[in-house]
Amino acid sequence: MSAHDHAVDGQLPHEPEKATLQARNNILGFWLFLGAETVLFGTLFAAFLALRHNIGDGPSANELFKLPMVFAATMILLTSSLTSVFAVQALHLHKKKAMVGWLIVTILLGLSFLGLEIYEFFEYVHEGHKFTTSAFSSSFYTLVGFHGAHVAFGVVWISLVIGQVLKKGLTVVTAPKVYISAIYWHFIDVVWVFIFTVVYLMGKVG
Amino acid sequence: MSAHAHGHTVKRYRGLMDWLTTVDHKKIGILYMIAGLFFFLIGGLEAIIIRVQLMKPMNDVVAGDTFNELITMHGTTMIFLAAMPLLFALMNAVIPLQIGARDVAFPFLNSLGFWTFFFGGLLLNLSWFAGTVPDAGWTSYVPLAGPTFNSGHGVDYYVIGLQIAGIGTLLGGINFMATIINMRAPGLTFMRLPMFTWTIFITSALIVFAFPALTVGLVAIMFDRLFHANFFEVANGGSGVLWEHIFWVFGHPEVYILILPAFGIISEVVSTFSRKRLFGYSSMVFATVLIAFLGFMVWAHHMFTTGLGPVANGLFSIATMLIAVPTGVKIFNWLFTLWGGSIRFTTANLFGIGFIPTFVMGGVTGVMLASAPADYQYHDTYFVVAHFHYVIVGGLIFGIFAGLHYWWPKMFGRMLNETIGKITFWTFFIGFHMTFFVQHFLGLLGMPRRVYTYLEGQGFDNMNFISTIGAFLMGVGTIAFLLNIFITWAKPRNAAADAWEDGRSLEWTIPSPPPEYNFQQVPLVRGYDAWWKEKMEGNTAMTPAEPIGSIHMPSPSILPLIMSLGLFIAGFGFMYDRLIVAGAGLVITLGCMVIRSLVDDHGYHIEPEDQEKGVKA
Amino acid sequence: MKRLLPLLTGLVLLLSACGREDLSTLNPQGPVAEKQLDLMKLSIGIMALVVVVVFIICIYVLIRFRRRQGDKTIPKQVEGNHTLEIIWTVIPLVLLLILGFPTIRDVFGLAKDYSKDKNAVQVKVTAHQYWWEFEYTDYGITTAQELIVPTDKKISFELVAADVKHSFWIPAIGGKMDTNPGVTNRMYLEFPKEGVFRGKCAELCGPAHALMDFKAKAVSPSSFDRWVAAMKAPAVMPADAEIAEKFTSQCLSCHAVGENGGNSAPNLTGVGSRQTVGGILYNDEAGVEQNLHDWITEPQKYKIGAMMPSAEDNSLTAEEVSSIAKYLAEYKLDY
Repeated sequence: MSAHDHAVDGQLPHEPEKATLQARNNILGFWLFLGAETVLFGTLFAAFLALRHNIGDGPSANELFKLPMVFAATMILLTSSLTSVFAVQALHLHKKKAMVGWLIVTILLGLSFLGLEIYEFFEYVHEGHKFTTSAFSSSFYTLVGFHGAHVAFGVVWISLVIGQVLKKGLTVVTAPKVYISAIYWHFIDVVWVFIFTVVYLMGKVG
Repeated sequence: MSAHAHGHTVKRYRGLMDWLTTVDHKKIGILYMIAGLFFFLIGGLEAIIIRVQLMKPMNDVVAGDTFNELITMHGTTMIFLAAMPLLFALMNAVIPLQIGARDVAFPFLNSLGFWTFFFGGLLLNLSWFAGTVPDAGWTSYVPLAGPTFNSGHGVDYYVIGLQIAGIGTLLGGINFMATIINMRAPGLTFMRLPMFTWTIFITSALIVFAFPALTVGLVAIMFDRLFHANFFEVANGGSGVLWEHIFWVFGHPEVYILILPAFGIISEVVSTFSRKRLFGYSSMVFATVLIAFLGFMVWAHHMFTTGLGPVANGLFSIATMLIAVPTGVKIFNWLFTLWGGSIRFTTANLFGIGFIPTFVMGGVTGVMLASAPADYQYHDTYFVVAHFHYVIVGGLIFGIFAGLHYWWPKMFGRMLNETIGKITFWTFFIGFHMTFFVQHFLGLLGMPRRVYTYLEGQGFDNMNFISTIGAFLMGVGTIAFLLNIFITWAKPRNAAADAWEDGRSLEWTIPSPPPEYNFQQVPLVRGYDAWWKEKMEGNTAMTPAEPIGSIHMPSPSILPLIMSLGLFIAGFGFMYDRLIVAGAGLVITLGCMVIRSLVDDHGYHIEPEDQEKGVKA
Repeated sequence: MKRLLPLLTGLVLLLSACGREDLSTLNPQGPVAEKQLDLMKLSIGIMALVVVVVFIICIYVLIRFRRRQGDKTIPKQVEGNHTLEIIWTVIPLVLLLILGFPTIRDVFGLAKDYSKDKNAVQVKVTAHQYWWEFEYTDYGITTAQELIVPTDKKISFELVAADVKHSFWIPAIGGKMDTNPGVTNRMYLEFPKEGVFRGKCAELCGPAHALMDFKAKAVSPSSFDRWVAAMKAPAVMPADAEIAEKFTSQCLSCHAVGENGGNSAPNLTGVGSRQTVGGILYNDEAGVEQNLHDWITEPQKYKIGAMMPSAEDNSLTAEEVSSIAKYLAEYKLDY
């Protein structure tokens, strides 16, 4: 297979992530998977929209949400998307160190986002907005929690990818992994933009 | 590392371990077939008990609660654990061969998909042994399936079993889409794809875009049941109608996920056994795409009596009726494929031809159901039961039988016995119509569906009796099919490459069964019906698109099995509130994912000299 | 063809009878069911045409083009035919238009809301596992299992479920509408002919779903007025004081007669004049007293999963059961 030839002499093609058929399959398959993820989040959004006014005895969205903190989380996540773009650019230039650096920054930003989110959830529970309070609270935690779980998964995944790049170097096998995890990271960013709009901004408006 | 690439010694297994670790699509297809047939027999047995209970008024073979368990498990098993796996069996066995590929795009995921399906189905069916069986219908409408009115573990088995099996289905969908997009042989453009490949492509797309909705619905109902969430708890602001929407947003495309592959099989079978090119190929492709597209915007026709209001009911009525147009196009295309042909009545073709009028009958009752005001009368009666059995059994199961008889020599290298095959067809066909034709009238006369019994003297007695006799006849047909498998198993593996002599697509150019790498040389495709075209031009083989060389194969792996087992364990942990067990199960699964991610799979190579020896699958 | 055998059997059964007059959708007893049957007939007609065309082509093709023994000829490979393909696209579209127009007309026609109509009788239907409650909101009366309606007015239903989802269906009078917990649905029906019609639950609601029947009795306007007056009259309690006390303590905690009792079980006012006990034990067969006696003794024997405790669990002696059954059987309304 041509894959091995590239790896052995260190001559990576410009887009090492698309050098082998298996890599191209992986990238295509991952896009299809994201199609499925879109439907998954779409359904979660639909359920949330159907139930968001049924707050029972709990606090309303307007009482609950603190936009400055959520806005900060949004900016952090958007920035992390940008740093993952830098990582892929570094990948195309075959700059392994820069790439790993940007990936680490991405992870750190992801972790701080998660930290803010966990803090936020603690606050809400404290204010009587528990998972079991109402249909609104259940659908809120499920939607936002699903996203949070995706971020956490992404952090673990990118860490593993960094480990592999450091161990095995930048090859036609590791390059697609970097590339695909970056696509994933953008996806969860886009989902967050929708959450910010549909859950938080619309929650504030009413 | 690559200098030694060809020297990788990959551990290759024999016997049982070979089957547990295989990533070969042909073997996975056989695994799907065995598991699918096994669940088909379980679902069939459940059907027989249902029909025995309904044979006469106020019968007491099973009580109301057991009956509800039977109908729930019959529906769920037949759709998710029998029909879909049997389709996956044919997909796996045939698609890579039809597109001239050596395997699917993701052999590892293919194996993972099988094992998650298998363990999901196993978990669901273990509910019989646990004594708490799902009993809220395959649609699991809440609140009947919710924690307040269904406090046992029954519905948990449904939710978690389907969730695990659903992962496998989704992986399969992604895998086959990617395979068909990326792995086609040189020259095999989309508009040259065999019809079966086309329908599997569209079905895979439907799976990818419909199954996640079910995933979310199952998560929500699981959270309600296990963690006291309120998605569907009316008292706390939840909505039962929301579940209906989510379920049918998945559920209606699911119907097309099931039937489109049958359309594909019928197209292949009818065309082969009439020795004619499929009539109106491009309109068939277009009709398939259109049906899939419309299939996503008609879900609420399952909810005409839910109270969505006249505007929604009117729109969904019309949208549903429109599906009849592309479906009609298909029916007439098949008839005109046969027209002027030279029709050979093999068992496969009998099922293929039997499909056409049967499916038309199921289709026209579908249009009748689409008319909302009339549906107020049909809805949730035996008329609906008759309708969906006409499309699912008369459509899909006939299609699967046709496909199994047709591709059997390709899968196993043995022909099925034609005499027994014909007995299978006629008993199953007559039994089918006996069972379900009268059910239309039962519904019209006022018999609701899902009733465990009925009072005497309502005009239901005779037709129910006829229906039960028919069910037994279908049972005889199924047993005949199994006998056929066992009897022919003793026969030598001597099927020719082009087993029916009139094969048209690439799978008939390679030995039966194919070697594990399928094609020694990837063929060059020069037109639609690639193999037929070569034969008509007097060629005895395809033109190769590459020289003979070393063939790269993926290594077998036990990880998919262990990952699925992890999910299976985690499922039980969640159900019985043992979060440690659940955590352990998830750790097993995620751990295997990490291993898979960290350890590169280099696969192994089959050298030309070994190819000559003929490495059999 | 042998396939035609069951088909013919079905047709013969169909022609010999369109089912019971009080149950079958093919034998409509009111304008709503008639409209629906008209639509069904239209669609069956169109669809029968399609089926016949396909069957004829199919049978012709199979006979005409079957392969003769040893035939090696290769038929002409036809790609398609645009004229034919346009024909079988356009004709179905036309057929669907013919069906589509009356569909839309009736969707809106049958959705008319009579809840504000002074001339309509307002009935709130509450479905329970496994019985039906009918509240006449304008008259302030409640009954169960047997809906009494006048022949001269439209009946406007408000439908809701108390526990799980059920579906309210009187096939001979009109199509069904679901009762959803927490959501109110509306529909109307008309009962121009006097008679008793069978009603059913059409949505799986638990083990006794099959037995969740009710009756709809259409009576003359004057009879309906008398019934309303009788329902409003003071409750008739058992004559024997001891039985009356037992009845009050053991039965009226859930059931009600007249102004007395609770509402978590079927209202028993005038239960002696109903067609059935529990919706399924027909009084013209065994007699109302016997049926009541059987039911009170062991309700689960007749309706699995019924919420009512057996006589034993309810600490009723055999004599008390007999007395209560006798009292209830004699509690008839004159209308």
